[in-house]
Amino acid sequence: MQTPASFEYERATSVEGALASLQRLGSGARVIAGGHSLLPMMKLRLAKPDHLIDINDLDELAYIREQDGEIAIGALTRHVDLLKSELLAENFPLFRDAENVIADPVVRNRGTIGGSLCQADAAEDLSAVCSAAKAKVVIHGADGERVVGMEDFHVGPYMTAVGDGELLTEVRLPLRPGAGSAHEKVERRAGDWAIAAASAAVWVDGGTITEVGIALSAVGLTTIHLSRAEELLRGKAPSAELFAQAGEIASADCSPGADGRGPIDYKRHLCGVLTQRALRRATARALHQEA
Amino acid sequence: MQVSITVNGEQVSRDIEPRQLLVHFIRETPGLTGTHWGCDTSNCGACVVLMDGKPVKSCTTLAVMCEGHEIRTVESLEVDGRLDPVQTGFHERHALQCGFCTPGMLMTARALLDENPDPTDLEIRTAISGAICRCTGYKNIVSAIRWAAEHEASAKQEV
Ligand SMILES: Cc1cc2nc3c(=O)[nH]c(=O)nc-3n(C[C@H](O)[C@H](O)[C@H](O)COP(=O)(O)OP(=O)(O)OC[C@H]3O[C@@H](n4cnc5c(N)ncnc54)[C@H](O)[C@@H]3O)c2cc1C
Ligand code: FES
Ligand code: FES
Repeated sequence: MQTPASFEYERATSVEGALASLQRLGSGARVIAGGHSLLPMMKLRLAKPDHLIDINDLDELAYIREQDGEIAIGALTRHVDLLKSELLAENFPLFRDAENVIADPVVRNRGTIGGSLCQADAAEDLSAVCSAAKAKVVIHGADGERVVGMEDFHVGPYMTAVGDGELLTEVRLPLRPGAGSAHEKVERRAGDWAIAAASAAVWVDGGTITEVGIALSAVGLTTIHLSRAEELLRGKAPSAELFAQAGEIASADCSPGADGRGPIDYKRHLCGVLTQRALRRATARALHQEA
Repeated sequence: MQVSITVNGEQVSRDIEPRQLLVHFIRETPGLTGTHWGCDTSNCGACVVLMDGKPVKSCTTLAVMCEGHEIRTVESLEVDGRLDPVQTGFHERHALQCGFCTPGMLMTARALLDENPDPTDLEIRTAISGAICRCTGYKNIVSAIRWAAEHEASAKQEV
């Protein structure tokens, strides 16, 4: 029987209350959202917090809405609600692509976007999704709030810009015309973590890619932002040759390890193929030409 | 700490350690050992119970997190000797062999039919994709859930 080591438990009733507790308790305190990453880590003693602050009652952090030219997603929004959101499916279809293949429906009833991003496991799908979509996250702490782009959010393996005494409260996605996006994942069986996954978002205006985001899951110590490939595509007309070049960059710039999910050369190859597929589908969606 | 959870409509109060998992809180309640625990890692689905009507893995939920919520376990399916249609479906279609996965399968199936009374085979397979059965090969489980859907629909028409 696996059970976590002992800890004190507190249920937050407001964001301010959660922040006050986190600041009072310092580095021994951890937030628990869905608990579907944290509790397994605690069972294995990979995490050993003295205090858990349960934020599941903070309904004010569970929403998906359009505001000020962005889509705002509360940190406590669960996978199941991201999957079902028509607002997201219309504007950022890569979320539905990913949510259909993240874990299984029962896990998706509990796991949250805030927990997924803060876990910062390189194999997490939503980290790549948010990176590709050029998301920004809102972090609340003692000194108020700050807004951080995904490129500055991933600090290292399992490490993010969220410090002790801070709470991730919101994810913001910029709404701009001409957007298309897709997430492509290969896994060993239903509900499994990715062998590799590629997320892509493009913004097309007058036949030119004006902005693009591409990121990879599960093929490095952190989510991989393919900035070299993004630079290559920016300002050009989408084409199969260009996407093939982006795929080559993906194969070169990922840094997978060999494990039960496959050897390195296979994973590099997969990254190339998935990057091309994601770009192709994202662009077809931007141009309303999806087959 | 003192925790009070509604389990199958009854208030269960106990002094527990915050680290106690929901699956153990349930199983240590007299008469409620129907919920199984298998993998302990949220992969097998044997421990699935309903929390406010939605299936969750009770091996990966703390009991203290459930204070103020409604939990339903497999024991709640049969009422006054009458089986729930998903139970009858499992009986009719021979959807279990050793029975270890069955409590989780039944609760996952119950939640699916509550949300979607007429699921396709693919929707059923997706719903139970987080539940592992080492015995049946799933075919009979899918057929049992279809059986329950069809009989629930015709029972409703008769009323
Ligand atoms: C069987 C299984 C399969 C899975 N498969 C996949 C998969 O294929 N792809 C995938 O992407 N994910 C997968 N997951 C992970 C799943 O998405 C988790 O739900 C997610 O990683 C964590 O979300 P959570 O809300 O449960 O976070 P928790 O476990 O509650 O928290 C995770 C971490 O984030 C911190 N945290 C949580 N919320 C906040 C916040 N608002 N502010 C600051 N810190 C916070 C916690 O302190 C903790 O350190 C799987 C999980 C399981 C159990
Ligand atoms: S025991 Fe909970 S999912 Fe296996
Ligand atoms: S009947 Fe034996 S595991 Fe399913």
